[in-house]
Amino acid sequence: MAEKVLMKGNEALAEAAIQCGCRHYFGYPITPQTEIAAYMSKRMPKIGGTFLQAESEIAAINMVLGASSAGVRAMTSSSSPGVSLKSEGVSYIAGSDLPALIINVQRGGPGLGGIQPSQSDYWQATKALGHGDFQMFVLAPSTIQEMVDFVKLAYEVGEKYRVPSMILSDGMLGQMMEPVEFPEKNDQDIPEKPWATNGHQNKRKKNIINSLYIEPQELEDLINERYQRYELIMENEQRAEEFMTEDADIIVVAFGASSRVSRSAVHMARAQGIKAGLIRPITLWPFPDKTIKKSMDTASKYLVVEMNKGQMVDDVRLVVEGKKPVEFFGRTGGIIPTPDEVLAQIKKLAGKEE
Amino acid sequence: MAVVFERPKALSDVPFHYCPGCTHGIVHRLVAEVLDELGVVGQTVGVASVGCSVFSYNYFDCDMVQAPHGRAPAVATGLKRSLPDNVIFTYQGDGDLAAIGMAETVHAATRGENITVIFINNAIYGMTGGQMAPTSLPGQVTQTTPYGRDTSVAGHPIRVCELLSTLSGTALAQRVTVDSVKNVNIAKKAIKKGFENQINKRGYSIIEVVSTCPTNWGLSPQEAMKWLQDNMLEYYPLGVYKDVTAEGGNK
Repeated sequence: MAEKVLMKGNEALAEAAIQCGCRHYFGYPITPQTEIAAYMSKRMPKIGGTFLQAESEIAAINMVLGASSAGVRAMTSSSSPGVSLKSEGVSYIAGSDLPALIINVQRGGPGLGGIQPSQSDYWQATKALGHGDFQMFVLAPSTIQEMVDFVKLAYEVGEKYRVPSMILSDGMLGQMMEPVEFPEKNDQDIPEKPWATNGHQNKRKKNIINSLYIEPQELEDLINERYQRYELIMENEQRAEEFMTEDADIIVVAFGASSRVSRSAVHMARAQGIKAGLIRPITLWPFPDKTIKKSMDTASKYLVVEMNKGQMVDDVRLVVEGKKPVEFFGRTGGIIPTPDEVLAQIKKLAGKEE
Repeated sequence: MAVVFERPKALSDVPFHYCPGCTHGIVHRLVAEVLDELGVVGQTVGVASVGCSVFSYNYFDCDMVQAPHGRAPAVATGLKRSLPDNVIFTYQGDGDLAAIGMAETVHAATRGENITVIFINNAIYGMTGGQMAPTSLPGQVTQTTPYGRDTSVAGHPIRVCELLSTLSGTALAQRVTVDSVKNVNIAKKAIKKGFENQINKRGYSIIEVVSTCPTNWGLSPQEAMKWLQDNMLEYYPLGVYKDVTAEGGNK
């Protein structure tokens, strides 16, 4: 076993990327993802990698587009307002069938919003980070260990299906410290990329990375082919954690930072004799509808807890189809709900209001 | 029989979609000839931009990436940093390079990004049907300046080579045109130097080609060439604005 080290979430994620073979980082300064860029700027020159502080978020994501086209593992990181700027590039990356790793250490919005933790970019990440029909593979870590482990998963799934991947973190996970363990030899299985534009060396036909299709039928066919890949991702790559759900009457659904608070609230509810459980979506897209569906056998009510005004709750309601009540509780603007607040909501659902 | 003229190997056997009298065809050929002469087609990755030349990914017989509008220098940066020993070039029009992509252009140049940029300045947006470009001349009638470009409202045209020549990272900034055999030869020499600079790791090279757009200028091919000579070359003087090589004489 590798030894455990105490690290800040942002730094742990950056180190994980390096250990996954990422040697090309492009970014632009923004709080609260600052430590990722700072860490990369320290490490990359020592290992023959590229750290490049771009002139804008737009340039940074397009540098990632170029590096991914070349076939290397590249990444960029930002926080909410900066991720909005990247949306153009993300759409082109998706439209060009390129894998790429994008980190969003979320803060409050809209606009400049605030700099405290938030989950208000759920819709953006899972529904529409850019124009056109496309999806990203979106992972939501809830511990610093997951900030490490999900980097490898994000690269592997992105490369397998040729889709952009996002790790949707937040200012809390980015800034807090926990002991983490780095798996050994993470970069041993980077797949060959026969589609890469790295010079044909007069040995193969030229490769073209492109998202332009003037013929509507050609474009529709390509999008349909891409959606077949999305179907496979929905079938094979859903991930969720279940906590005390076996006999749960009330199931809390929460991801990332709010799932940590919700877990505490579930513990407290159990101590008071309420059969509460937690489903924690790990993949936000594909949304883990199979886990939610399965839980409907036992659960009678759902409580979705988010650090926004209610975004993932839509996806839960789509799965539940009105067959059970799905309530929402959230704090926004950079405020993290307390376990007591969540417990009060659970008790309300259980009919045990004080 | 001796072959005296043939398609450059670096050009795919695909007919151009360009309008009659448009100079994209000449410039494509010059770039391809240079890639052939330097023997680098197999190592080259071209970056197509948004505009009339977007389909250049069909024409150059090297690996190609099609970049978002204005972002070709950033895409090229990502490619070059990943493939430092490959040859990376962008092919951009005036709207792409000098309007929506000006930040990417200036910063790629000032970083001394080791890439070669072919810049087509025809003073108009061609692909979208003839709107004012950042390089449209004062008084020039376009779809969005129907009474002529009024500089008190629409501002002044940008002289890109002059601007980029002030930056330390720029290795070559040269403005050429392709209106005569003599100028075509000068243009080819400049393009070749731009690629040689990259191979010799000298930094950012830009070759601005003052070009025609007969369709959107509303002129015949011959009239368009004459309009270029009579109007554009005065505002955009040909010449070397920066050249860091030994033989380079700066304007």
